[in-house]
Amino acid sequence: MAVTLDEVRRIARLAHLEVTEEELPRWAAELGKIIDYVNELAEVDTANVRPSTDPASPRAPLRTDAAEAGLDRDAALSAAPRTHDGAFAVPAFVDES
Amino acid sequence: MSVLDLDLHELAGRVRRGELSAEEVAEQSLERIREASALNAFLHVSEDAVRVRARELDARRARGETLGALAGVPIAVKDSLCTVDAPTTCASKILTRDGTKESGYRPPYDATVVDRLRRADALLVGKTNQDEFAMGSSSENSAFGPVLNPWDITRTPGGSSGGSAVSVASGLALAALGSDTGGSIRQPAAFTGTVGIKPSYGRVSRYGLVAFASSLDQVGPFARDVRSAARVLEVIAGHDPRDSTSRETPVGDYVAACDREPKGLRIGVPEDYFGPGLDAEIAVAVRAALDRLTTEGCRVVPLSMPTTAHGVATYYVLATAEASSNLARFDGVRYGMRVERAGADLASLYRASRGAGFGAEVKRRILLGTYVLSAGYYDAYYRKAQAVRELVRADFARAFEEVDVIVTPTSPTPAFLLGERLDDPLAMYLADVYTLPASLAGLAALSLPVGLTEAKAGQATLPIGLQVMAPAFAEDTLVRAAAAIERSSHFAGRRPPA
Repeated sequence: MAVTLDEVRRIARLAHLEVTEEELPRWAAELGKIIDYVNELAEVDTANVRPSTDPASPRAPLRTDAAEAGLDRDAALSAAPRTHDGAFAVPAFVDES
Repeated sequence: MSVLDLDLHELAGRVRRGELSAEEVAEQSLERIREASALNAFLHVSEDAVRVRARELDARRARGETLGALAGVPIAVKDSLCTVDAPTTCASKILTRDGTKESGYRPPYDATVVDRLRRADALLVGKTNQDEFAMGSSSENSAFGPVLNPWDITRTPGGSSGGSAVSVASGLALAALGSDTGGSIRQPAAFTGTVGIKPSYGRVSRYGLVAFASSLDQVGPFARDVRSAARVLEVIAGHDPRDSTSRETPVGDYVAACDREPKGLRIGVPEDYFGPGLDAEIAVAVRAALDRLTTEGCRVVPLSMPTTAHGVATYYVLATAEASSNLARFDGVRYGMRVERAGADLASLYRASRGAGFGAEVKRRILLGTYVLSAGYYDAYYRKAQAVRELVRADFARAFEEVDVIVTPTSPTPAFLLGERLDDPLAMYLADVYTLPASLAGLAALSLPVGLTEAKAGQATLPIGLQVMAPAFAEDTLVRAAAAIERSSHFAGRRPPA
């Protein structure tokens, strides 16, 4: 199945990934080839199968709901490229939609 | 003979008894790592930290303290695991400040498995090279250059945990930690003649493992032999309150299980793993190992596992979908690379940082994962793959009603040439065809070396790996069968030429 340049632009935008116009044809061709391959899944009969996300069948144990110390604020900020007043600093933004 | 050639149990015993100083072990390991630097197995060598640690262990022993199970054992750790005393980059520029590995991210905490190694008094000698974010099967997708295979330096050591595999194969460390999402421990183990265990999903904590595909990722050990790998697994396994997917199932005595004779084990052999595309020498070596098990009182049971053929497609939908979500955290704000152009808003800061920081394979998988999760494609790809995953699991559940373990080749080919598959992503993905099903089903699995290919004109002899799979949390049965195969294979002691 061919993946169009517009589709690559659309998914790159959804993924917050900068791709250049020059790269687009290569991504479209490579993704198209992989999508062609995974299309074989359509032939598998899964009519009576319930899809599952959990590879381990029994329920994971729940921890006790008790407050405990988390990561110290300075440690959490220690690797940030920019901080301001004990917080992560980002450019001003109003509407992201 | 170097102390690094000692068996892991023997070396730890000598350090515990004071017959060998941890400092001497550390120096020899550091020296070998320096000598082997051309293999590019390490991204960071913890020279100072490991010396301080070794002297500390020797001082504690001199005071009469009893040291831990891995006393003085040099262990290498994959760079996908967080370490407080060494940079953690996952072989990606996005986890560096300026693109150099020296400017790598410094995590404020240790991964649980790293913490457990430290508590067992291991010497953590450094961080190993890998495919960026563990995405790859050749360790060529590293932002800091490929890892070379010591058996033939024109070939890859496999991936993604290639640096960890090479550190053990070349005797730079006695054991190493890797991570396995679809074969990233087992396939490099097969390519380098080492033992690599992918524990059951939930057996080992992933706290502090940089997430790739959360329904598949597991941390596991590499070592030169099954008993040594079993010892490291005992140390790192077990419930961790910080990882809700880690299970409370008690950790077994895996080293003791290695010494149990294999008599009576039922060994399943799915013919679907011996079809077209499998190298003839590998098929012969695996079947010979099965014949030897029969003479030791095991029963070989032929199996049919028809879903095997769909493993690659299922995996590359699910793993990329999960990766596209997990890797959203790399946004240039909280750690790593930040690319901010004049007048940039928040969205363009994200796009520019991710565009500059991620390598080609990582971008490819993020795009693919975003595609299969996007409106209009979700049901056809992501949900469909989840359903096929259930069929894969059902295939194994049926098989394990009849057999105790399943034996297959680990990889359809021995180590391939550097660059051979780099321009063909699909060919690279198909390298994992035999390891993906156990990952999809959450099973315990491992690879061990069972022989070498014949030396052909102009081609070095290369290790052949055999895969053993066992039901989830049956690691004891897994290593029991593997140790028996190892004893009859006579591979132990074979080392790469370089």
